[in-house]
Amino acid sequence: MSPEKMVYMANQIATFFKTQPGEDVAARVAAHIHDFWEPRMRDQLCAHVDAGGAGLDPAVIAAVAELRAGA
Amino acid sequence: MKDFIIPWNERSDERDMGTPAKEGKPVTLTIDGFEITVPEGTSVMRAAAEAGIQVPKLCASDNLEAFGSCRLCAVEIEGRRGLPASCTTPVAPGMVVQTQNEKLRKLRRGVMELYISDHPLDCLTCAANGDCELQDMAGAVGLRDVRYKAPEGAGLANHFEARDTSGQVNPEWLPKDDSNPYFSYDPSKCIVCNRCVRACEEVQGTFALTIEGRGFDSRVSAGGAGDDFLASDCVSCGACVQACPTATLQEKSVIELGTPERSVITTCAYCGVGCSFKAEMQGDQLVRMVPYKHGKANRGHSCVKGRFAYGYATHKDRILNPMIRETIDEPWREVSWDEALSFAATKLRGLQEVHGRRSIGVITSSRCTNEETFLVQKLTRAVFGNNNTDTCARVCHSPTGYGLGQAFGTSAGTQDFDSVEKTDVVVVIGANPTDGHPVFGSRLKKRLREGAKLIVIDPRRIDLVKSAHIQAAHHLALKPGTNVAVLTALSHVIVTEGLMDEAFIRERCDWDEFQDYAEFVSDPRHSPEATEALTGVPAAELRAAARLFATGGNGAIYYGLGVTEHSQGSTSVMGIANLAMLTGNLGRPGVGVNPLRGQNNVQGSCDMGSFPHELPGYRHVKLPEVREIFEQAWGVEIDPEPGLRINNMLDAAVDGSFKGLYIQGEDILQSDPDTKHVAAGLAAMECVIVHDLFLNETANYAHVFLPGSTFLEKDGTFTNAERRINRVRKVMAPRNGYADWEVTQLLANAMGAGWNYTHPAQIMEEIAATTPSFAGVDYALLEEKGSVQWPCNEAHPEGTPVMHVDGFVRGKGRFIVTEYVATDEKTGPRFPLLLTTGRILSQYNVGAQTRRTENVVWHERDLLEIHPHDAEQRGIKDGDWVRLASRTGETTLIAKLTDRVSPGVVYTTFHHPDTQANVITTDFSDWATNCPEYKVTAVQVGPSNGPTDWQEEYAARTERARRILPAAE
Ligand code: SF4
Ligand code: SF4
Ligand code: SF4
Ligand code: FES
Repeated sequence: MSPEKMVYMANQIATFFKTQPGEDVAARVAAHIHDFWEPRMRDQLCAHVDAGGAGLDPAVIAAVAELRAGA
Repeated sequence: MKDFIIPWNERSDERDMGTPAKEGKPVTLTIDGFEITVPEGTSVMRAAAEAGIQVPKLCASDNLEAFGSCRLCAVEIEGRRGLPASCTTPVAPGMVVQTQNEKLRKLRRGVMELYISDHPLDCLTCAANGDCELQDMAGAVGLRDVRYKAPEGAGLANHFEARDTSGQVNPEWLPKDDSNPYFSYDPSKCIVCNRCVRACEEVQGTFALTIEGRGFDSRVSAGGAGDDFLASDCVSCGACVQACPTATLQEKSVIELGTPERSVITTCAYCGVGCSFKAEMQGDQLVRMVPYKHGKANRGHSCVKGRFAYGYATHKDRILNPMIRETIDEPWREVSWDEALSFAATKLRGLQEVHGRRSIGVITSSRCTNEETFLVQKLTRAVFGNNNTDTCARVCHSPTGYGLGQAFGTSAGTQDFDSVEKTDVVVVIGANPTDGHPVFGSRLKKRLREGAKLIVIDPRRIDLVKSAHIQAAHHLALKPGTNVAVLTALSHVIVTEGLMDEAFIRERCDWDEFQDYAEFVSDPRHSPEATEALTGVPAAELRAAARLFATGGNGAIYYGLGVTEHSQGSTSVMGIANLAMLTGNLGRPGVGVNPLRGQNNVQGSCDMGSFPHELPGYRHVKLPEVREIFEQAWGVEIDPEPGLRINNMLDAAVDGSFKGLYIQGEDILQSDPDTKHVAAGLAAMECVIVHDLFLNETANYAHVFLPGSTFLEKDGTFTNAERRINRVRKVMAPRNGYADWEVTQLLANAMGAGWNYTHPAQIMEEIAATTPSFAGVDYALLEEKGSVQWPCNEAHPEGTPVMHVDGFVRGKGRFIVTEYVATDEKTGPRFPLLLTTGRILSQYNVGAQTRRTENVVWHERDLLEIHPHDAEQRGIKDGDWVRLASRTGETTLIAKLTDRVSPGVVYTTFHHPDTQANVITTDFSDWATNCPEYKVTAVQVGPSNGPTDWQEEYAARTERARRILPAAE
């Protein structure tokens, strides 16, 4: 998947959860990505964060940290 | 004699009871000496029929209100003068009725004599011979001769002789109207019983027919003067043909083939309404499809597709032999099943060895049966060893799955179709039922004519907004892409004006979440006044609609792809769930949240575990207890990670990690957005297996073609939009040799699976054993009940017509905050217009089937609807070729000027491959499910001379890709 598309999709998810009441945005984004993204896509996302995470919403970056902790 | 009548079971009883059933308090009367009790309001004719006594009749039929014109049904009632018509006379307590005596016999013979004197006596060569009520009644009343004689030297005035004996043209005679491709109208045989006119009004709701003239001059007429059936408003539903007691309106297939000798009950394979039909046969030749009176989804009605458009099954384009090729530039080679399957199996296994277990996958079909879909996802999970399965529901209703799942705990629609008969206010949002779900559309229109109110939320003025005897109370013509803003504004009005059903919310929903939600929607920025500029919906109109919905009685919401196919599709679905919970409109007949599903088995294909993250029954693959069930049943280990979705598969293919795909009965190249991206993904794969009836567009990129079978050629079940599991029954042997479930099994076994199903009933047993909501379903139950709505299990042994009756599936209903986020697909100076897409009645989905039937007379090509104002600015006239361009690509098609679309919005359908509408659509998608955003694309429209280079190149490539070498001897 092109990095732009992946960043776009991840940010879309963050945009939704940021509008929800509650504090645990990163956890919810992480849970959504964990449940719906195939491992290849998650790996690509993690790699993108390792490479600086250009373009990613901070909530996604926080979510990736949670994903790693959970995995 | 009555005592000897065996009680018939409801389904096998297809007698015409004469007038519709009524509900009311019991009334007891005596008919021919038998006492009978029926509901108040029942006609004497129906009461007699209930007692097993058939009163002769011509103008009455139990799906139409009585009309009382033929007088054949006269009866004698003690204490009443004259001989009243039994079809129009309601029963009364203590009434004593005589249906047969000398006086009545004489009257009836007289009536029949009159009819027959103006009817051709060519019964032996008539297409309705043996299937004609006029004939039956002549027999029933004992008509033996007709005494009317022509006066000396002149003919008797009649309608059936083209010329009189002296060769003079008969001015009363009218020629046959053969303009409709499926049925003919022969006025010479008409008895002017008015049944067709009433069927068109009451059952179909189109009002295409009228009786013109009076007395001897009265004639059935379609449309205005000079119109024939094709030119009229007729939508070819067939209701009038069904209603006609004579051969006047007759299926052309019956004229050609003769009357059928047996019939098999089955289910339409077109749309999510799931109409039941009788396939009427001569041997293994299908003569006609007749809507089945006891079908619970359609109650005896049909649309042009299910009723008539089955010719594709025998179309010459159908591929009947397996074919293979090494590369997609080669022509196809016809081979044996064995060779094709081992070729495919070797390739797939080889790819897995080189590129890993997860490098291949499947796409299941929403057109195939539940059993077939179950096997295809089982193929990937149990044989391929991964979860790479997806289905075309991805591109239509996946947001429904996610949104309703979050709010209620299940993605299922909450009602049955009968529910519409109890509704008072209907909201139709992003759906066009009269075209997309026609039989439901007719049932809805009937309810609206009875007085229910309608709110339409759609950018386009769909037919429901205003048509014969129907007018929407409110049409909120929103800008494409602003559904969430409109839904939230509706909730804003309901909450801030205190119109919500607080008792319901306190009892049934999570109160804390409601508090958060109420605070969110009450914010003035969600008010209709604040959002008007954005949505284009006048605030006053929106407020009035919200008030009507909240206070108008039973409120039901029906929605379609105009809701889901957006980047906020899932959020819109949540907004709909919020509206229903706010107003307490859940858990009883007449209310609910009703997704109108596109294809016949979209519901079923989702239920059967087609999605990459869910095993059958919507249970996530990450859950060990769920995997355990299937690991036990299948004796394999199941991958705990979600698989790839269609668009992810294509991305992974371009990246080089996804190499092989088995596609059953879907045409992703035509149906999925951004055609060029799909083509690139397919072209990057090394083994694409297309299993379909025709060489579809996707097959241009395939290496293996496995011929498919039609719904007429296999057993199985479809599940319609109301969760109703209907039987599909085999009426003829598969022309390609195997039903689709057998083909999947052959492929699995070629890869070493060792499956040995011999009938789909065994697959259903496996589904029931592994999936709690199907636990009680088996073929014996379906045989007995006709159909059942899941959940069907110990708690609901007869199925579940209405969901969430005593509480939500998930416990408390959840209100979810629905913040509007504008799509990034925005108009600008280069692309100032918004394109939205839809479908029309006579065609279906990508049109592979309907384009291969006579239905093309109604829709030769896709048109671009554009407002006259926008057209004028661009120098475009009606019928011009225009160029339609977006950021993704461009295509050309023909313009149609209409004010159905607002200025700034253009609209087209996607039924024809040459149009390539998906070259235009972008790959923006729903945030939660990746359902593509078909409904909003920023475009520009300009004059053009004809097809684009891409269209021409595409056509050439298609031609090349479809070459087939003659079979080697
Ligand atoms: S086919 Fe249907 S729409 Fe057409 S005239 Fe008959 S009842 Fe009306
Ligand atoms: S066309 Fe058939 S249904 Fe219609 S009035 Fe004539 S006989 Fe009756
Ligand atoms: S296409 Fe839909 S409405 Fe038409 S007959 Fe088939 S199931 Fe019924
Ligand atoms: S059937 Fe009653 S009047 Fe025709």
